[in-house]
Amino acid sequence: MTDAAAAPQSNTATAAPEMLSWDSKSRRVVMLYVPLACFLLILLFPFYWMTVTAFKPNAELYDYATHNPFWITSPTLDHIRHLLFNTSYPHWLWTTMLVSIAATFLSLLSSTLAAYAIQRLRFRGSQYVGLAIYLAYLVPPSILFIPLATMVVRLGLFDTPFALILTYPTFLVPFCTWLLIGYFKSIPYELEECALIDGASRLQILRQITLPLAIPGLISAGIFSFTLSWNEFIYALAFIQSSENKTVPVAILTELVTGDVYQWGALMAGSLLGSLPVAIFYSFFVDYYVSSLTGAVKE
Amino acid sequence: MATVSVRQAKKVFGSTKILHGVDVEIADGEFVVLVGPSGCGKSTLLRMIAGLENISGGEIAIGGRVVNNVPPKDRDIAMVFQNYALYPHMTVRENMAFSMKLAKAPADVMEEEVKRAAKILGLDALLDRYPRQLSGGQRQRVAMGRAIVRHPQVFLFDEPLSNLDAKLRVQMRSEIKELQQRLATTTIYVTHDQIEAMTMADQIVVMNGGRIEQAGAPLALYDRPANLFVAGFIGSPAMNLLPGRVADGGFRTDGGALLPLPPGANAQAATYGIRPEHLMLADDGVEGTIVLVEPTGSETQVTLRIGETQIIGAFRERVQGRPGDLLRVAPDLSLVHLFGPDGNRLP
Repeated sequence: MTDAAAAPQSNTATAAPEMLSWDSKSRRVVMLYVPLACFLLILLFPFYWMTVTAFKPNAELYDYATHNPFWITSPTLDHIRHLLFNTSYPHWLWTTMLVSIAATFLSLLSSTLAAYAIQRLRFRGSQYVGLAIYLAYLVPPSILFIPLATMVVRLGLFDTPFALILTYPTFLVPFCTWLLIGYFKSIPYELEECALIDGASRLQILRQITLPLAIPGLISAGIFSFTLSWNEFIYALAFIQSSENKTVPVAILTELVTGDVYQWGALMAGSLLGSLPVAIFYSFFVDYYVSSLTGAVKE
Repeated sequence: MATVSVRQAKKVFGSTKILHGVDVEIADGEFVVLVGPSGCGKSTLLRMIAGLENISGGEIAIGGRVVNNVPPKDRDIAMVFQNYALYPHMTVRENMAFSMKLAKAPADVMEEEVKRAAKILGLDALLDRYPRQLSGGQRQRVAMGRAIVRHPQVFLFDEPLSNLDAKLRVQMRSEIKELQQRLATTTIYVTHDQIEAMTMADQIVVMNGGRIEQAGAPLALYDRPANLFVAGFIGSPAMNLLPGRVADGGFRTDGGALLPLPPGANAQAATYGIRPEHLMLADDGVEGTIVLVEPTGSETQVTLRIGETQIIGAFRERVQGRPGDLLRVAPDLSLVHLFGPDGNRLP
C-alpha cells in the first residue's frame, strides 16, 4: 500500500520539469494559438466572402466551373457603382444612421435615469420595477410588432423614421437598463455619500460623480444599442413602406432582389458598406467595452 | 466648532435593533473616539451624526441645533471614509475643491483654501495628480484635506487608518491628532483599535451590542474599567480576568490558583482582574509554570499556568525561563480590579 502510494509520487516528481518545458512553448501553440486561429478563420470568413463577392464581376460570380470561387481574377467596382448611383443606397444609409443614433440616444437617456433610480434611490418596489423592465425584454419583437404597428399607424408615424426611433427603445431600454444597473453597482456608494456631505444634490451627484465614472458602461450600452438598431429587421420591415425610407438591412433584401433574381454583387456590396460603420464604431471603443463587461471602477 | 449631543439615539433596521438609546455629550473642540468590536453600532452612530442614516428615535444636536431632519450638506460636518472615497476621475486639487465648487465659491478663494490645506498636509507637489497615482498615506491626507478646506464644525472619521500598513498607521495617527489639536475642531473618530482610541482621544466611548459600556478619559477607562467588557477591551495585552470566589484568605480562581487580595476587598468578588503589566516578579509570589515566553525587546510577555488557570504577565525585566520552568509572580495589590457576579466593577 505504501509502495503503491510512493510510486506515482516519484513519477510525477521526475516528470514535472519536462511537463513545464512543454507547457511554456508547444502547449501555448496547441492550447491557445491554434484554437484562436480556427476561431478567427470561422469568424472572418463571412466578411471575406462578402468582400470577394462585392468586387467580383458577374462573369466570375456565376461561373465557378472556370473561376476559383475564393478568389477574384479581375476585380470590379461595378456593383458598388450600381449601388451608389442606381439605387437609393446613400439615402438608406442615412436613414439607418439617423434611426440608430436617435434610438440609441433616447434609450441611453431613459436607461441611465431608470438604472440610477433602481440601483441607488431604492424606492419602495424598485426591485420589482427592475424585474418588470427585464421581463419586458423577454417579449419577442415578432409578437410585439403587431400591437406596435397599430400604435404607429394611429399616431400617424407609419412610414417615417420616427416609427423606428420610437419603437426601438422597447427592446433597447430594458437591455441598457440592466447593463447600467450592473455598472452602477460597481461604483462605490461611499463616493456618493461623500458627495452628499460635500453638498451635492442627487442630480449633481449623477452628473458629476456617477456618470463620469460610468462612461465605460455607457459606451458599451451605446454600442449595443447602436448595433441592435442598425441590424434591426422586423420593425423596419413592418413599419416602413416607401423605398427611400427603408433601412439598410431591409432595403438590400427588398430592393436588390428583383423578382427571383438575387443581385449578389450589389447585395454583398450593400452589406459590406452597411457593416463598416458598426465595425469602425466598435474598434474605437473596444477597450471601454471590454472593461465594462469585466472590470469595476478603480480608485 | 461646536458641541455635539446625542440623546437616547436609537436605530432600527427592519426588526433588528442596532442602537438601544445612546447618550453621548461632546464638548467643543473635543476629540472623541467611538470604539468597540465590529457590529457594536459605532459606525452607525457616526453615520447618524453625519446624516447618512436616519434616526429611529431620540435626537442628535450639533452646536445646539437638533439635526434629526437636516440633510447632511446642511449639518456643517466633514467626513473621512474608511476607503477615503476620493473621486477617482478628479485630481487632488479638484477633489479638495469639490465642496467649494458646489457652494459656488470664487475661484481665488478656492485656490487659496486648497493651497492652505495642501500646505498643512504636505500635499503641495501632488495637487495635479489623480488618486490612483497616490500611495495609501497620501490618499488619506487628501481625504483629510477635503475635510479641512470646508472649515466644518465637526470632523467625522470612520476607521480612517484601517487600510494602511502598521507603520504608516502609527505615523498617520500622530498626524491626525496633531492636526486636530492645531485646528481645535470637534472630532468624532470611529475605530475598532483600542490603541488608536487610547492614544488619540480626549474622551473614549466604549460601545458593545448597541449600548455604551463606558465613556471617559482614556486613562480613567484604563485605571477604573466599569465592567468586564471594558476591562477586557481596553489595554494591550488584555487584562487577565479570572473567574473564581473569595476563599481561603485570598481569591481562589476556578482553575485552583490562590491569589492575594487587597485589604478590605469585597467578598462578593466573582472575577479577579489584573493587567499583565501589573504583575511583578517576586520571590514570595505565587508559583506558576511557564507556558510561553514572548520577548518584544522593551518587555517580555510570559504566559504562566497556575493550577489550571493561565495568566499573562508583562515584565520590564528580561525573563530567562523556558517553558516548563517555574516562576514566581505577585500582583500589585493596589492595581487589582474586582468584579461582581453581574460583571460590574465592585467599589
